[in-house]
Amino acid sequence: MRRVAFAGLVGLVLLYTLFPFYWAIASSLTTGSALFAPRPWPAHPAWSNYTQVFAQQPFARNILNSVLVASGVVGLSLVLGVTAAHALGRVAFRGRRTLLLALLGVSMFPQVAVLSGMFELVRGLGLYNSLPALVLSSLVLTLPFTVWLLTTFMRELPVELEEAAVVDGATPWVVLTRVFLPLLGPALVTTGLLAFIAAWNEFLFALTFTLTDAKRTVPVAIALLSGGSAYELPWGLIMAASVIVTVPLVLLVLVLQRRIVAGLTAGALKG
Amino acid sequence: MARPRETSLLARQRARAAWVFMLPTLVGMALVAGWPLARTVGFAFTDARLTDLSAARFVGLGSFVSVLEDPDWWTAVGTTVRFAFVSVLLESVLGMGIALVLHRRFAGRGLVRAAVLVPWAVPTVVSAKMWAWMFHDVYGVINAVLMWLGLLAEPLAWTAEPSLAFWAVVMVDVWKATPFMALLLLAALQLLPEDVYEAARLDGAGPVRSFFRITLPLVKGPLMVAALFRLLDALRVFDVFYVLTGGGSETQPMAGYARQWMFEFQELGVGSAAATLLVLLIALLTAVYLVLGRVRLDVGES
Repeated sequence: MRRVAFAGLVGLVLLYTLFPFYWAIASSLTTGSALFAPRPWPAHPAWSNYTQVFAQQPFARNILNSVLVASGVVGLSLVLGVTAAHALGRVAFRGRRTLLLALLGVSMFPQVAVLSGMFELVRGLGLYNSLPALVLSSLVLTLPFTVWLLTTFMRELPVELEEAAVVDGATPWVVLTRVFLPLLGPALVTTGLLAFIAAWNEFLFALTFTLTDAKRTVPVAIALLSGGSAYELPWGLIMAASVIVTVPLVLLVLVLQRRIVAGLTAGALKG
Repeated sequence: MARPRETSLLARQRARAAWVFMLPTLVGMALVAGWPLARTVGFAFTDARLTDLSAARFVGLGSFVSVLEDPDWWTAVGTTVRFAFVSVLLESVLGMGIALVLHRRFAGRGLVRAAVLVPWAVPTVVSAKMWAWMFHDVYGVINAVLMWLGLLAEPLAWTAEPSLAFWAVVMVDVWKATPFMALLLLAALQLLPEDVYEAARLDGAGPVRSFFRITLPLVKGPLMVAALFRLLDALRVFDVFYVLTGGGSETQPMAGYARQWMFEFQELGVGSAAATLLVLLIALLTAVYLVLGRVRLDVGES
C-alpha cells in the first residue's frame, strides 16, 4: 500500500514536469483545424509544422545566431573566468574578498539596470542589430558566475602540485596552463554548460538590441513568431519551434545531469 | 635576514601576478557591467529621449518624481513583490516535496531526477509559450480538462484577465524554477547524517515529527540561500510576463515597466529612473533578508 502511494507520488512528479513537453510535441504534430479540438494524441500526426517553420521563417538562421552567440559567450567567459579564478582561487592578495563580493553583487543586480547604458554602448560601438552586441551584453550575465564557480573548483586543487611546479621555476602562467588547466577539464565542462544555457536562453538584450528577423536569436524568434492571421497565433509552428530548440537541451541535461547538479550546488551552497 | 625578505618578495610577485590575471576580467566587467550601470543611473537624472541621446539635459530628480507619481509604477511594484513572494514560497514547498521523494532510493531514480531537471534547462520564452498554449482560452488543454472534469462551467481567459494572468505567470515560473530548488535541497538532504534519524525513530518520532524537528532545521541554511537566489531572480523577472501577458500595464513587472518607458515610449530618462529604483529596491530587500534570516554568505575566505 505504501509502495503504491509512493509510486503514485513519483508518477505525479513526472506528470507535472513532463506533461507540458508532451503537449507541445502532440500539438506540433497536429495541423490545421485539428489543433482547435484538444485530444490526447493527434489523429493524423504530421511533420508539416516542422517543415513550415523552416520554410516560412528564417528559423535556421535564428538557430545559427543562437549557436554563434552562445559559443562566443562561453568561449570568452571561460578564458576570462579561468585566468581570474586562478588569481582569486590560488593567491591570497589584498582586495580579493572585495572582488569576490563585487562579482556576487553584479550577478544580483537586474539586467534592466544596465539596459539603457548598454544600448548606448552598443550603438556607440556600431554594433546595434548585430550578433557581437549580444555576445558583449550577455557577458554581464555569465562572467560573474563563471569566475565564481571556477574559483570554487580552483580552490579544490592540491597545493602540492603548484608548489612543485613553482620550485621547478614555473611562472604563474605556466602553472595555470600546464598544471591546472588539464585538471580543470570537468569543471570547465560544467561551467561552460551553465554559461551556454544562460546565453542560449537570454531574452531581454536579444529582444532590445536586434531589429530584423535575420539577426534574432531563437528565444526572440519564438516569442515574436506570428503567422498570416492577425487573430490567432500559429500555435502549431510555435510548438514545433519550441520542440526543436528544447530537444538538444534535454539531451544535454540527460547526459550531463550530474555535472549540472554539481555546478548548481557548488555555485549556490558554497556561494 | 635574507630569508623573510625573499619570501615577501615572492608573495609580492604572486600578488602582482594575481592582479595581472584579474585584469582582463576587470576590464570586461567594467565594460559590460560598471560603465552601462553608471550610464543608466546617469540617464535617470536627465530627460534623455531614445531618438537623440546627446540632447539629454540634467533634470535632477524629475524623472524619479514622474515614476513615483505614476500609478502604473506602483501596480508594477505590487505585482513584482507579490509575484516574487508567492512563487518563491510555492517553489520552496514544492521543491522540498520533490527533494524528499528523490531522497528515497527507488528503481529509476536517476531517470526521474533527470526528468525533474528538464524544465530548468528550457528557455523561459519556450516554457512561457508552451504554457500559453495550454492556457489558451478557447483551445487550451487546461480549460478542456477542467471542463471535462466538471470543475469549470465555461472556459476561463487565463492570460487575458489580469487577476488570472498573474496566477498563470506564477504557475509557469513555479514549473520552471522548482527543479533548481528541488536539486539544491536534495544535495543538502544527502549531506545529513543517517544516525540522527535512527535515534529519532528509536525514540518513537514519526516521519512528520522528524521532518519538522530534524530535517527542516538542518537544511534551513541551504534553503535560505537557495530562496535568496530565487527571490533575486523573481524580482527582476521580465520574460515570462512579456511572453504570457504581452506587457499590459495591469500585469507588468518593474523590469517590464522600465523597458517599456525606455524603448516603447522612448523616454530613456524615465525608464532609467525606474530601473535605478528597481536596483535600490532589490538591494534593500536583500539586506533585510540577510539580516532577518541571519544568512551568512561565505565568500570562502579561509
